Amino acid sequence: MAFDPASLIAPIVGGALIGLSAGVLRLGNGQIAGISGILRIGLRGPDRSWRPAFLLGVALAGLLAAWRGGPELAAGLERASLPVLVVAGLLVGVGTGLGNGCTSGHGICGLARFSKRSLVAVLTFMAVAVLTVLVRRAGGWL
Amino acid sequence: MRGAAALLAGLLFGIGLAISGMTSPDKVIGFLDITGAWDPSLAFVMGAGLLVAAPLFLIARRRGAALSGDALGEPAEQTIDAKLIGGSALFGLGWGVSGLCPGPALIDLFIQPVQAGAFCAAMIAGLLISRRD
Repeated sequence: MAFDPASLIAPIVGGALIGLSAGVLRLGNGQIAGISGILRIGLRGPDRSWRPAFLLGVALAGLLAAWRGGPELAAGLERASLPVLVVAGLLVGVGTGLGNGCTSGHGICGLARFSKRSLVAVLTFMAVAVLTVLVRRAGGWL
Repeated sequence: MRGAAALLAGLLFGIGLAISGMTSPDKVIGFLDITGAWDPSLAFVMGAGLLVAAPLFLIARRRGAALSGDALGEPAEQTIDAKLIGGSALFGLGWGVSGLCPGPALIDLFIQPVQAGAFCAAMIAGLLISRRD
């Protein structure tokens, strides 16, 4: 595998911004930047103070991404079938609801505060995701 | 003030996701496909994120409160149980099938609205039926 160190710049810069965002929300407001929780609680209430503001910020970033970035930012999504996306979306929604966190809440915020619970969650979803892709590769569905 | 901090955090979060590569299912599947043409670069997203977030979280903990004066919020659940592991496993399955997790799916709404819209509508339905609080 050819390895180009320059390919790491975008992941590192992007990751640092995500970490900064989580730190701003924690140090500034005392809150956890977990997207699944913000969506779940922010869309239903009762706390409507900060979660809608956070989601508005994400939406502004989405507009910026569409304007400056374009389709390659979502490369692969154009080939995905809608029924598969609906099933996957349900699994992600129910799973992150039951597990109380996703890649951001457990993966960044939870690990940043050295939560054992989050470590278990991250190891579980990473292992299952890797296994799922392995099965897809073996079955020729990749 | 709290609203401004949350808006800024959401903006930084979304820009970070878009730059990182996490919004592309091809890139995510390449990262998860460890027996194929494995692309480890997304591991650096979490690595860099933790390196920046951990010191800020530690400062917040040392202060004992947020700059806004609010208490540091703690997750409602504290135990490692079947719900945590089962939920995380379902999430991993959905992530491995689609290459999308919740944050990137929201950004992709603005890039591939039909596909990301189908995913997000199902995800929000799943989030709302998964628990009552």
